[in-house]
Amino acid sequence: MIWAGVLVASAACYAIKLAGLSLPKGWLQDARVRWTVPLLPVALLAALIATQTFSTGHHLVLDVRAAALAVAAIAVLLRAPFLVVVASAAATAALLRLA
Amino acid sequence: MAWTLSQARTGIVRDALGIGIASGAYALSFGAISTTAGLSLLQTVALSVLMFTGASQFAMVGVIGAGGSVWAGAATAALLGTRNALYGVRLSSLLGVKGPRRAASAHFVIDETTAMAIARDTAEDSRFAFWATGFAVFALWNLGTLIGAVATHALANPKVLGLDAAPPAAFLALVAPRLRAREPIAIAIAAAVVALVVLPFVPAGVPLLIVAVLVAVFGLRR
Repeated sequence: MIWAGVLVASAACYAIKLAGLSLPKGWLQDARVRWTVPLLPVALLAALIATQTFSTGHHLVLDVRAAALAVAAIAVLLRAPFLVVVASAAATAALLRLA
Repeated sequence: MAWTLSQARTGIVRDALGIGIASGAYALSFGAISTTAGLSLLQTVALSVLMFTGASQFAMVGVIGAGGSVWAGAATAALLGTRNALYGVRLSSLLGVKGPRRAASAHFVIDETTAMAIARDTAEDSRFAFWATGFAVFALWNLGTLIGAVATHALANPKVLGLDAAPPAAFLALVAPRLRAREPIAIAIAAAVVALVVLPFVPAGVPLLIVAVLVAVFGLRR
């Protein structure tokens, strides 16, 4: 099942890239499209952050992941490299679980 | 034949390698997160080779790791990939590619290659920057993924390292550069709130699709 998802999603992502190179110019030049498309990643990433930090299954929860996210936010504000942001969040969760 | 590159081209190659190395480091965390989410080594590597667009890959494995369905993950990945269509619109006139070369170049239409290609003075340099960055990022992104996945596979329990708590940090680092104006910040907060409010009532992964529909409706009716 995971394989099917991997292949279909990869094909879809490729088709989207090819569409941008191939479609007639006017199609994606509409002002509303040019406003909406860049905001889609912002909204989806924000929703991913919220749901994966503050929920388990169908329940809203507050646990070590919130602290991990706070540490990641500080790392982002300090302009740390990507890998440092991710590693600091993982280390925070790991250390708090030991405590 | 002597291998001489103009000064501009040497600078492009240096920048492309720098971006490639940074993506390789970032791919280490993708390999680790994907493995922790339950994808096999081959599935993880396949995502980096075939999907080759970072935010979509992180979202796909993030949704699966959080217990969402594979199809909710796939839909989220595709929605995150829509921005690449806008990059393609900007790149098509610069690259001037047709037929099989266009089909090949499409795979490299990502944030990094677009940023490198549009920052050039001539169309020739743009093309050079696109391909140099594309090959550098593709090679190092896949190498980083492989190393991250193999290293994580060797661990008995990746959760001990807190890797299950890593995806939101990765998403935060991806979204941060886009939060430089009031409008995207407002959209981000609204999206987070809506996703949490609907979460108890719908299947896992579906809150993201609801958010995507709301953004589309809000944006296209503006």
